[in-house]
Amino acid sequence: MGLLSDPNRRRALISLLTRLNSPICVVCYMAGVAWFMGLAFEPFTLRTYMSENAMGSTMVEERFPAGERALTTGREFSAHKKKAGGMPVDWLVKTMQARGLEVFTQRFSRKLPFPDENKERYMVKGTNVYGILRAPRAPRTEALVLSAPCTPGDSNNQAVGLLLGLAQYFRNQIYWAKDIIFLVNEHDLIGMQAWLEGYHHTNTTGMDWSPLQGRGGSIQAALSLELSSDVITSMDLVLEGLNGQLPNLDLANLFYAFCQKIGVLCTIQGKLQRNDWDSVSGYSHSVQTMMLMVMKQASGRPWGDHGLFLRYHIEAASIKGINSFRQYKTDVTTIGRLLEGMYRKLNNLLERLHQSYFFYLMPSLSHFVSIGYYMPAFGLLAVILLLRALDLWVQLATPPPRTEDGITDKEQVSSPGVLSVLTPLVISHLTGVALYTLPIQFQEMAVEQFPVSETEAVVLTAIGVYTAGLALPHNTHRLLSGEGTEQGWRVLKLVAVLYLAVLLGCTALINFSLGFILALTLVPVAAFVTPHVPKVLSAFILVILSPACTLLFSVFFFQELQELPVSFQEGWLLYLSVISQGILDHFLYGSLVYPLIALLVYPCWLLFWNILFWK
Amino acid sequence: MILSTTLEFCIFIYLLIFSFSYFTLHSCCLLYLCFDNAGQFFSSGHTNNWAVLVCTSRFWFNYRHVANTLSVYRSVKRLGIPDSHIVLMLADDMACNHRNPKPATVFSHKNMELNVYGDDVEVDYRGYEVTVENFLRVLTGRLPPSTPRSKRLLSDDRSNILIYLTGHGGNGFLKFQDSEEISNVELADAFEQMWQKRRYNELLFIIDTCQGASMYERFYSPNLMALASSQVGEDSLSHQPDLAIGVHLMDRYTFYLLEFLEDIHPASKTNMNDLFKVCPKSQCVSTPGHRTDLFLRDPGSVLITDFFGSVRKVEITMETINLTDPIKQKPKQKDWHPPDGFILGLWTLILLVFFKLYGMKHLKHIF
Repeated sequence: MGLLSDPNRRRALISLLTRLNSPICVVCYMAGVAWFMGLAFEPFTLRTYMSENAMGSTMVEERFPAGERALTTGREFSAHKKKAGGMPVDWLVKTMQARGLEVFTQRFSRKLPFPDENKERYMVKGTNVYGILRAPRAPRTEALVLSAPCTPGDSNNQAVGLLLGLAQYFRNQIYWAKDIIFLVNEHDLIGMQAWLEGYHHTNTTGMDWSPLQGRGGSIQAALSLELSSDVITSMDLVLEGLNGQLPNLDLANLFYAFCQKIGVLCTIQGKLQRNDWDSVSGYSHSVQTMMLMVMKQASGRPWGDHGLFLRYHIEAASIKGINSFRQYKTDVTTIGRLLEGMYRKLNNLLERLHQSYFFYLMPSLSHFVSIGYYMPAFGLLAVILLLRALDLWVQLATPPPRTEDGITDKEQVSSPGVLSVLTPLVISHLTGVALYTLPIQFQEMAVEQFPVSETEAVVLTAIGVYTAGLALPHNTHRLLSGEGTEQGWRVLKLVAVLYLAVLLGCTALINFSLGFILALTLVPVAAFVTPHVPKVLSAFILVILSPACTLLFSVFFFQELQELPVSFQEGWLLYLSVISQGILDHFLYGSLVYPLIALLVYPCWLLFWNILFWK
Repeated sequence: MILSTTLEFCIFIYLLIFSFSYFTLHSCCLLYLCFDNAGQFFSSGHTNNWAVLVCTSRFWFNYRHVANTLSVYRSVKRLGIPDSHIVLMLADDMACNHRNPKPATVFSHKNMELNVYGDDVEVDYRGYEVTVENFLRVLTGRLPPSTPRSKRLLSDDRSNILIYLTGHGGNGFLKFQDSEEISNVELADAFEQMWQKRRYNELLFIIDTCQGASMYERFYSPNLMALASSQVGEDSLSHQPDLAIGVHLMDRYTFYLLEFLEDIHPASKTNMNDLFKVCPKSQCVSTPGHRTDLFLRDPGSVLITDFFGSVRKVEITMETINLTDPIKQKPKQKDWHPPDGFILGLWTLILLVFFKLYGMKHLKHIF
């Protein structure tokens, strides 16, 4: 007889499962965490390599000569920007036309749901200016994009100058097989979103924009440039995009290959590579780099202007020039040559980048961990949930023996009633919906009642709704009198555990970092919570491990990783701004982290809170 | 009378024998002289040369395969095979590719020293026409009647054919255009068909791909000689990149083959043993291989120009021939005519005398 169909063996397996459930869960949890930490250990990672055959190696000759002229153009741009008090549209149009590009502009406007205090904007109106360099001999079917943001103040002037310098140089070459679009976008991400929506004829975020007069074909790759100084010491690559989406690894490989060829210092997450992987400090350096990437990916916000391209299946990355206190400086001509080399190689592409990985983590610029290697870490955590579910199923199927009562008790026990399970579910989800909708809806009322600004009103309303949810179990139990049974909470916990498993699994597939971080905190909650554990201590632990506190700790942790530790006051303010940014990201660009947490993760956690206070 | 005829007869017979022996002896002497000076010239037995040059890969990063094929084309044309006897199949147009910074050129040496595209390249099969089916049809001659002559291999049983293939290959196959393959078995069978239809006298097969030696393992028809750039399990490597163009320009084996062929001229006496030595492992990194067991002649006696060049019935002699006394030519005899006026006057005189003598009464008989 088979292993599962033989009743004796089955009973033995089941008894093994129920006896050893907790130890196995603990072991799995430790193994999952250890696996994740081991990902940064260099022998477990792979060296990056170029997968796309058409891009080949870095054998091109870069001949860009005009770095100084680019800087002069940047200074002119800065002067005109100051004079115009925003984007110097006419000057840009004239300059791009003088360089032989086909120039078009796009106007856009957006009223934010509430004022953005970080960037100090509420009603945003702006213009994007872009020039298309037509390929001399090719049909206009494919395009590449080089963009630089127009930020107020003194930043990114050199980026625009370099963009215009490269435009002039590229115009004189005849080997372009794709159109190149040089884009200067205003109001960084909002302008970029307007341009992308206009280019692809979609309107997903309710922005108002004028249609684009000129297009260049399907965009194959895009680079966004941020450069605020005349000389730099290193170049930083930013990969994380909206909803934690990453560009194809080949783009990072291309960048790294050219950095090595030209001899520029290149970093990722602002951290340089180290060679001593076998020492403790070397390993912790890799772990820090990887954790920074995990944090940035989990936040679901685009960390550069490139982040919005990824949704349209356009591989994009941001390149930032950093000027620190090193002695060896790189000038703008070299940066221009690096970009020229990258664009010549992207020009050779025949298809979109698809040969390399789309899901990966990078502990350093030359090493990566692919999805096949990091998924088991999450899998081990998910297994805990499944083991718990099996245990509950077994407990439900074999009710505890009762000696005093006869058949009637069994009947009563075996059907706990759908209502007692459904009610907490519905109420939790309604709370979630309240958490999602109320902050925005009632910000006006809150501003009238309390002396706070709109942003603070929104954030504080969100926190208020969140904590109000904590009081629910006491209130709902007054409504449903005498429904609490032993079987009831087991069924609810079974449903909740499976629900959490599916939720975390789906999240981890799309955004591994978010799924893993949520799993780290929520899986222990799901595993140990029952109505019989000590109430006060468990309540405290549950609150600590709830999504909101996880976010709070993540904020502090992120600041530590970036070597900019903050005090508690600053940390709290940062936390509030993170919540408001998350809500804004959702409404402006369609980021899914806020709805996920509010509508799905928070109700799930509330279910466990309900179980804890089950009577 | 009888005596005179027999005498004539004897003289006639004697003259006949004398002239016959004279001519045969003379021709023997002639042949003997030929054998001495250009001894191998007529020993191969072929009367015309053909070349089938195939590049099987497309896309810009396979620039080097087109450059390989074009450099062999250039050598073969330079050594005398005309375009009508060359079937050139190129799977992609590198010269007019949008990414080519020097349009209308295909270079084989870096720093753009040698443009193998030139301005008299005749491509017979281009782009998507280069398929396994078309290649096999060209070899076996099974083409639809509407195929133009330039796309046919019109060889006969006295043709020496050079077949050159380049592209991406593996153990036992050659990839055509990223979508299909030709196997070594198919190729061997195609050559057998050619042998049975008497479409070649001798055939030289050169292949420059990875694991090229696997392609000639299955040959079984006579008079085939094969060369490959690498053994089974080895990769053929590319030679040098040109940074201005941004691609590798040539493969190593064909690069050194081209260098070797540049020293050959139509009257060279270099033989196949020298060709086998082209690109040793130190230069090529892979080990070139060759196969001669199916070939009837000794490779040492096979000239390079037997396959790469075209046959010329030229006998080169080193001795000077003294012309003896020049034959004096008699001046042409011109017939003498009396002047025209004299003839007219003469006939008038004759008529007048006639009519004077016989009187005017005869005039009405005349008119």
